[in-house]
Amino acid sequence: MKRIVLLLCCGLFLSTAFAIDSQPPFADPASQARYEHLIRQFRCLVCQDESIANSDADLAADFRRQIHAMVAAGQTDRQIKQYMVNRYGDFVLYNPPVQPNTWLLWGGPFLLLFIAMIVLVTVVRRRAHMDKAEEAGP
Amino acid sequence: MWRYLLPIVVLAALIGFFWRGLYLNPRIVPSPLIGKPVPVFSLPRLHDPDSVFTQEQFHGQVALLNVWATWCVACRDEHATLLHFAQQGVVPVYGLDYKDDRRSALDWLAKDGNPYAAVAFDASGDVAINWGVYGAPETFLIDSHGVIRYKYIGPLTPDIIDKELLPRIAALRRTGT
Repeated sequence: MKRIVLLLCCGLFLSTAFAIDSQPPFADPASQARYEHLIRQFRCLVCQDESIANSDADLAADFRRQIHAMVAAGQTDRQIKQYMVNRYGDFVLYNPPVQPNTWLLWGGPFLLLFIAMIVLVTVVRRRAHMDKAEEAGP
Repeated sequence: MWRYLLPIVVLAALIGFFWRGLYLNPRIVPSPLIGKPVPVFSLPRLHDPDSVFTQEQFHGQVALLNVWATWCVACRDEHATLLHFAQQGVVPVYGLDYKDDRRSALDWLAKDGNPYAAVAFDASGDVAINWGVYGAPETFLIDSHGVIRYKYIGPLTPDIIDKELLPRIAALRRTGT
């Protein structure tokens, strides 16, 4: 039993496993952190539910190599993001920008919340009104 | 009245969205490169490694660029269609051999026929990234000014050629682009 539990616990760590690359880590920890942060932000287009940091796909390895080189060349996060978007569109971003075609995506939850509030207020008011009417009744 | 109508309206709207969703293909990502000039590149040719294939190839004529590889199963599916299309001579078909082995690529073309006017050999896949390639086969339609006009993702079929490619090629010819 203990063994099975241990095995299952190990399974919990599987999802955080990272794909392994041949390029060496950066000597400078700030660049390494920037690189690791960047590769988590882009979607792998082959296995679309994985970031390029997690994906084992060949294409993801190519992206990591490119981003590694761009970080090494001192390009800014903004430039690297633009590089990816210019080639693959906003779809590669896990965090889509707020722009006209994503207003509904970003605003949708608030819109639903607003509608729910209106419904709630209306129902509560109506109930209160009904209660009063009952009290005043015979 | 509203109490009964509203849930039905909401349900109908949801069914509408989900129904539409059933027929969308999330693997097809629209390319931001449509309407843009082809990326600048320089690659060795598959058949002649000493000479280069550059974006200049796309100036002065409407052409197709087909991204393929011998490891790509769907590329085998479309090969006969592509060969047939190339033989008709409507537009030249160029190839981008993506992350492939030169020997196997040459063998394949020698054995099963070569639809390509010329093939650029992209061993690292870096040029393909500049074209926004994420899975072979992919086919680009390029006008005579070297502007990408259309991209088809997935294996070409005679139907796709008739319905998607030929009308676009005819339109480009009509307007002289």
